[in-house]
Amino acid sequence: MWIDRTKCDAHRLCAELFPESIRLDDWGYPIIASGPIPASLLPHAQRAVDSCPVLALALRRVARRA
Amino acid sequence: MSDTVLWYTTRGAGAVSLVLLSAVVVLGVLSTLRFESASWPRFLTSALHRNVALTAIVFLALHIVTAVVDPFTHLGWLAAIVPFSSYYRPLWLGFGTVAFELLVAISVTSLVRGAIGHAAWRGIHWLSYASWPAAVLHGFGTGTDAWSAWMLVIDVVCILAVLAAICARLLARPPDPLAADRARFRDRVSRTIGR
Ligand code: SF4
Repeated sequence: MWIDRTKCDAHRLCAELFPESIRLDDWGYPIIASGPIPASLLPHAQRAVDSCPVLALALRRVARRA
Repeated sequence: MSDTVLWYTTRGAGAVSLVLLSAVVVLGVLSTLRFESASWPRFLTSALHRNVALTAIVFLALHIVTAVVDPFTHLGWLAAIVPFSSYYRPLWLGFGTVAFELLVAISVTSLVRGAIGHAAWRGIHWLSYASWPAAVLHGFGTGTDAWSAWMLVIDVVCILAVLAAICARLLARPPDPLAADRARFRDRVSRTIGR
């Protein structure tokens, strides 16, 4: 999961919808856990991305290591 | 289907649409205000805003289709598509057409928000403040029930709710805790890479 920090306005929707990977800092800006998102959580991740009011979030495919 | 059923459907769906649209506007403003409480998380506002908007479109479709196919009105499809073109109360019907077309534009651009980008989406979304008043005018101008007591109560509640939300928005401080700093930062960045 990638975030464009110049866009993020601390709306916090993403953290409400995807607390498994997104925490908030003291000002309400998201801190996203690094590393790939387990497949079982992908629908939640997608919902968080879609909910961001300023389109600051994106999911990108990462190459799977053998 | 008998004409009476169509006609009552038109009127009922129109009233329901006004209530739903007002709720959509209020929810939209609440989400810009970042309203939340212990039992009302923020995503609830935005999810409701979206789903009530989609429901409103269904009721508006019902409102428009039943009005057009009603053999008594014989309005014709043109009146439903081209504003102010109807033979019957062109001005007031036209406001309804304008309101609906703006709403469709606002909704479609929201569904493809990722493709058109945030700035364009936001610009079009501001048209909500034109669409909703146009819908209210349409209701007052040509609503069969416009001056019956129950409809007036609905009108007053809807208008007060939207006005209250707009006032709250105008009075609110920027909800982003670092808004000023970030605006300055963006400004400098765009001046540096802009040219
Ligand atoms: S939803 Fe978007 S704007 Fe809000 S905190 Fe998350 S990334 Fe930032």
